[in-house]
Order: sequence, then structure tokens, then C-alpha cells
Amino acid sequence: MAVSGTKTPVAGPQGDPNSLQASIKDAAMAAFLAGVLGFFFIGIRTDIAPGGLDLKMRWGAWIISILIVFAGRLLLNLFVYKTRRPVTRNLSIGLSGSESRLAQAGKVLKWGLFAFALILPFFFTTFFPGRDRQFIDLAILIMTYIMLGWGLNIVVGLAGLLDLGYVAFYAVGAYSFALLAQYLDFGFWLALPLAGLLAATWGVILGFPVLRLRGDYLAIVTLAFGEIIRVVLLNWYEFTKGPDGISGIPKPTFFGLELKRGEGGFADFFGIAYDPIQRFIFLYYIIFILALITNFVTMRLRRLPIGRAWEALREDEIACRSLGINTRNTKLTAFAIGAMFGGFAGSFFATRQGFISPESFTFLESAIILAIVVLGGLGSQIGVVIAAVVMIGGIEMLRNLGFLQQVFGSGFDPVQYRMLIFGLAMVLIMVWKPRGLISTREPSAVLKEKKRIGADMVAQGEGH
Amino acid sequence: MEYFVQQLINGLTLGSIYGLIAIGYTMVYGIIGMINFAHGDVFMIGAFIALAMFLILTTVLGFTFLPVVLLIVLIVSMLFTSAWGWTVERLAYRPLRGSFRLAPLITAIGMSIVLQNFVQITQGARVKPLPPQIQGGITLMEGSTENGTILVQLSYMQIIIILTTVVLMAGFTLLISRTPLGRAQRACEQDRKMASLLGINVDRTISLTFVMGAALAAVAGLMFVLLYGVIDFYIGFLAGVKAFTAAVLGGIGSLPGAMLGGLLIGLIEVFWSGYFSVEYKDVAAFSILAIVLIFLPSGLLGQPEVEKV
Repeated sequence: MAVSGTKTPVAGPQGDPNSLQASIKDAAMAAFLAGVLGFFFIGIRTDIAPGGLDLKMRWGAWIISILIVFAGRLLLNLFVYKTRRPVTRNLSIGLSGSESRLAQAGKVLKWGLFAFALILPFFFTTFFPGRDRQFIDLAILIMTYIMLGWGLNIVVGLAGLLDLGYVAFYAVGAYSFALLAQYLDFGFWLALPLAGLLAATWGVILGFPVLRLRGDYLAIVTLAFGEIIRVVLLNWYEFTKGPDGISGIPKPTFFGLELKRGEGGFADFFGIAYDPIQRFIFLYYIIFILALITNFVTMRLRRLPIGRAWEALREDEIACRSLGINTRNTKLTAFAIGAMFGGFAGSFFATRQGFISPESFTFLESAIILAIVVLGGLGSQIGVVIAAVVMIGGIEMLRNLGFLQQVFGSGFDPVQYRMLIFGLAMVLIMVWKPRGLISTREPSAVLKEKKRIGADMVAQGEGH
Repeated sequence: MEYFVQQLINGLTLGSIYGLIAIGYTMVYGIIGMINFAHGDVFMIGAFIALAMFLILTTVLGFTFLPVVLLIVLIVSMLFTSAWGWTVERLAYRPLRGSFRLAPLITAIGMSIVLQNFVQITQGARVKPLPPQIQGGITLMEGSTENGTILVQLSYMQIIIILTTVVLMAGFTLLISRTPLGRAQRACEQDRKMASLLGINVDRTISLTFVMGAALAAVAGLMFVLLYGVIDFYIGFLAGVKAFTAAVLGGIGSLPGAMLGGLLIGLIEVFWSGYFSVEYKDVAAFSILAIVLIFLPSGLLGQPEVEKV
């Protein structure tokens, strides 16, 4: 309740909209609403008790939540909504004035991040020798989400097709590899392209009938397909082992060398001491290269006619059709290519975990990936990186913050709040900056000279 | 035969619940052309409020006369859920009213995640059971099979659900067709800009649409609690998708269509579980959604949508 977008001040001829009184009144209303909304959820808790449900009142928490909303809304009113000089105005002026500088900084940041990602495992083994395994594992996780985000970015960010079932292709990739390994003894490298291909094929199969649909219908149907695939994986016990999942998925090899201890292993072959961390470093570089390929392919495709057609399609489908672009094929390629990268990431996920089950491929996963793409800015590659690092890494870091437990009591588990934060961030970002955190764009096609498209122009529907 | 009739009754009951939720989808779609993805979770919120209110009345205040208790629960949960519906619209959709097409859909998904996790955190992830409150029913038929006798029962609970749905539907149809509010809604549906030029407060009309949708979802939530006796924070997702399917099947934007679609989806689901397989009943509903959207995008009672340039 504390946050709300463009509040139009109720300006009457005699009433001063900026007065403290109005702010307090408005904040009181917000607090009242918060009290109403929170009463049955924060104020009351039902718990299973012997002999039925037990009801517990939590007046303290309820009153605190009301006070927080009151204070938050009051501060927002005083400094943003109901004042003649909102503090955010300076911020936005500062931002738009330095657009070109920001772009420069973005370029530096991009290469900086790339260089850091390149040396990341060695950075952690050198500087955090005690916790390197944990950090590299986290880096692998983040990198997987970056790759998924980039893959989904092709579909959502470039072609403008809202795909809520992206996790289906992730699942197809993971299960393709797991099943190929189990039934046909395929290794990771042989299965990887096949998994991508299968995922792309599924993308075409699922996409072909539904891509005629308009944006929001498409979203729901993709969601339905994602769920169908999950339910089938769950119930086709003879083939997929259902909820038991598949275990014993082979690890990737380095040109035929296994990363294991002893004779014939990677360490033995190169004559270095064996260390379990080597496997993590190796996995990290696999996903890093896969992610780079995703990024590179996307960037190149944007320069090709097909990529331009995607972006044109996102802006105006009817105009595209009247210009003779085959909209269905264009959408289908975006869908298939996005699905393919999802499939790659899926088979990497399978090999990293060594075990997969349908539990890993719920709608929540699709929502996380979508949140990353949305928060980063639809269509922005660097935005996806930042969003993935902040969201996935930030949440993992929360786990380690001991002082939060001291503040909120020992039962406090920040990870519980992960999805709540994701959801809130999705709403706030959409309301505040609809094109994501990184909302300036490098235009894909230029007439004479490159002109930056600022966030304010984007907001009016100009450019992209 | 007896089995068939019993399934028919069960299907109609389930379908009534879906229909009530579907109306919320259809009205919002009709008026602002967006899928209110969070509507399923508003239904879930309604179910939780109903459960909590029921417990307050029976265990804390000690009321025992069930019809009065249920009536109070119904009214309270409609009011409080409406507040949630209004807030969702105010926070997540109204600020985006001139934004690009996908924006409100994304905030809707965000809102859905927020509501689910909010309830999970504040009420816990475990299921909440409520013992059956209304027992008994009327035996309609009696037949015998090789496994013994089979009874066709129309329970009082089912009667209440179907009756409430019929009454609400009748009231709603009157509201839309006869009252100034209904007129304003239909005007906004046709042309929002023109409606506002003619002095209709469009924002208020849209807000009221959300409030009405949420109120109906709250009724569905109460019925769900009473019928199944078990709720958790995740019920809104599946029920939401199925109700949306119902709205699409009946023709999105059409009120009788939503009810018809709801009944059909309920019947299909029950018969599918009864005669084919329980595991794949959700697949059946999802497949219908895809098939309808592909082959019959305007639904059974809807009007084909013409996109103007």
C-alpha cells in the first residue's frame, strides 16, 4: 500500500494539495486499508492443532504493519507525491542528463563484468580458499540463470512474446539428457546438442498452433503447456520414473577425461594434484561458455533481418504483416531458438545436479526467469546479468546474514521471503520503470547516425 | 447410469465454483482487455478469509446456528476480499493504464506471486483442514452393481452451492443490464475514451469491476472451503487457470459464457477423472484451453474480436 504509481494530487482551487494535512489524511487512509487487508492474514493465524484448527491473534504484528504502511505512505507523500519538488525529480533529471555517460559506463561495466567472470573461479580460490567451493557453486547457479534469462530474452525481450512456460523447455533439455544417458548411455557432450535440438523441436511443436494468438492468450497457453509437460513427466512412471526422478546422470568429461581422483582422471593426465574444486571450476566454465554462446548468437541475430523482424514484431504486429513479414515464421524462430537455449541450460542443470525430478520444473521457476528478464529490462542483455546477480546472488547472500536473525528472532528465515521479494520487485519495476532497470537501448537499425533512445522516449512508445 | 448421474451432479457443483471465478476474469477482460492473472489468488485469499472468519465465529464467539454463521462469513469474506481486489487493481494495474500491452500482464504475474507468498508466510505452507460442516443430502436414485448398491446423492452442500450460484448470477445479470453502474461498465467496455468524455468516471468503474469480481471469487472461495474442507496457499493457481479456461471456453467478455464455460469445465474435469484417469485431469483442462484458443478463439458465446488499426 505504501507504494503507488502516479498519484494525481487532488488539486482544488482553494485546497492546497501539498499541505501536510492532506498527506497525513492520505497516509491514514492507506494505513486503514492495510489494516483491513492485513487483519485476516497478519492479525490472525490459523494453525493445525489437535481437534481441528487453532486460531491465534497477533495484534502486535498487525499494528506494526499498519504503522509501517502509515509511515511509508506519509514519507512518500511528503517527499514524492504531494510536493512541488519531488526528490525523485532531481534523480531522473540527473539520470537523463548523463545518458551518454551512462552508456559509456555501461560499456566499461560490460567488459569489466566479462573479465571478472572469466577469472572468477581463480579469484575465489585465491582470495577465499576456505569458501571457494560455495562461491563457485553460487556462480554456477547465477550463470545458469543468466543463460536462461538470455534465452528467454529472445522470446520476451526481442520478439515480445510473453512465454510463461519457458521452464518446459528447460525440463525437456534436462530430461532429454537424463533419459539419453540412462537408456542409450550418451555422454554429456553428445547429448547436449541433441537436448537443444529436442527442446527446439518442442518449441516448434508447441509454438506452431499457439503463435497466432495475441500476447496475453499466448502467455496463458504457454503456461498451460509448461504445466502439461510437468504433469506428464510426473505421471509417466515407466519412462521418467515420475516423482522419484532420475539419478546417476553422468558428469561431463574434458575431452574424454573424467574429473575424478586417480588413474586416467583429468588431474592425473596433466600431472597436477587432484582437488575436488576442479570439477566445480570445470562446470563453471562450461556454463560460462554456454551463456556466452547464447549472448553472442542473440547479438548477431539482432543484426540479421530475422532479429530486426523480431523487434519490429514486438513493436507492431499489424504493421509487420502489412510490410510482408511472415509473422508466424518469425515468431516460431524466436520461440524455437529461445527453447533451444533453454534446452542447453536444462541439460547442463541435469549434469550439474546428477539428479532431476519434476519438482525442479514448476511454474515458479518460469516466474523467476521471467522476473529476471523483466527486472533487467526487456531486451537488455546486460540488464539480465545484473538482475540475475542481484536477485539470485542477493537472496543467497541473505541466507548468510546472521544479524537479520538477531533483529527478527531466531525463527526468521530470509529465504522464505525470496519469492515475495521477486514478486514485489516485478510489480514495482513495471510501475516505476516499465522497461526495466536498464532502459536505454542501443538501436538495432540506424538510418544515418546512432541516436540513443532515452527512457522517457521509450516510455512514450518511441523506439524500443 | 447411477454413476453417470452422480458425476453429473458433482460436475455441476464444481462447475459452479469455476463459473463464479470465471466471471471475474471475463468482466475484467471485457472492460480493460487484460487477463487478471492474480484473480485466482484473490479467490485463494477469499477462501482463507472465509476460513478464518468461520473459526472466529464458531470457536471464539461460540455461534452455533450454522445458517447465520455462513451468512456472516459470506458477507465478511466478500467485503474483505473486495478490498484485496481493489488494492490489487490500484497498485498494479491502474498506474500502467497507458503502458505497453505486456506491462499489466507482468505486474499481474508479480501480484500473483506476491499474494501466494504473502499468504504462505503469514499463514504457513501447510494445508488447513476444516471438517465438513454441512452433512447429509437427498438420495435421488438407488441402483445396484456387481459391487453392491450405488446411491445417487445430492448433498445439501451441493444444493447450497448451486442455489447460491444461480441467485448470484441472476442478481449479477440484473446489475449489469439494469443499473447505472452496469451501464457505465458496458460503456467502458465499448469505448473507454468516449465513455469518459460522456462523464463516466472510468477509473471508478474499473475499480468497481475488480471489486465485484473479487466479491464473487470470495463466494467461490467460501464454497471451496466448505466443499473440499482443505485449502492451502497454492489453490489459486490451478483454480485460476481452470476458471480462465472456462472464461475462454464460454467466450471471454461474456457473462453467461463464463457461467456456461465454468459448468462445462467442471463437467469435463469430473467425467475425465471418473472415466479416464485422475492424474491427467489437469492436463485435460489445460488441453481444452489450448484447443479452444486455437480453433475457437471467440469461445462459445463470445463475439469475434476485431483489431482496429
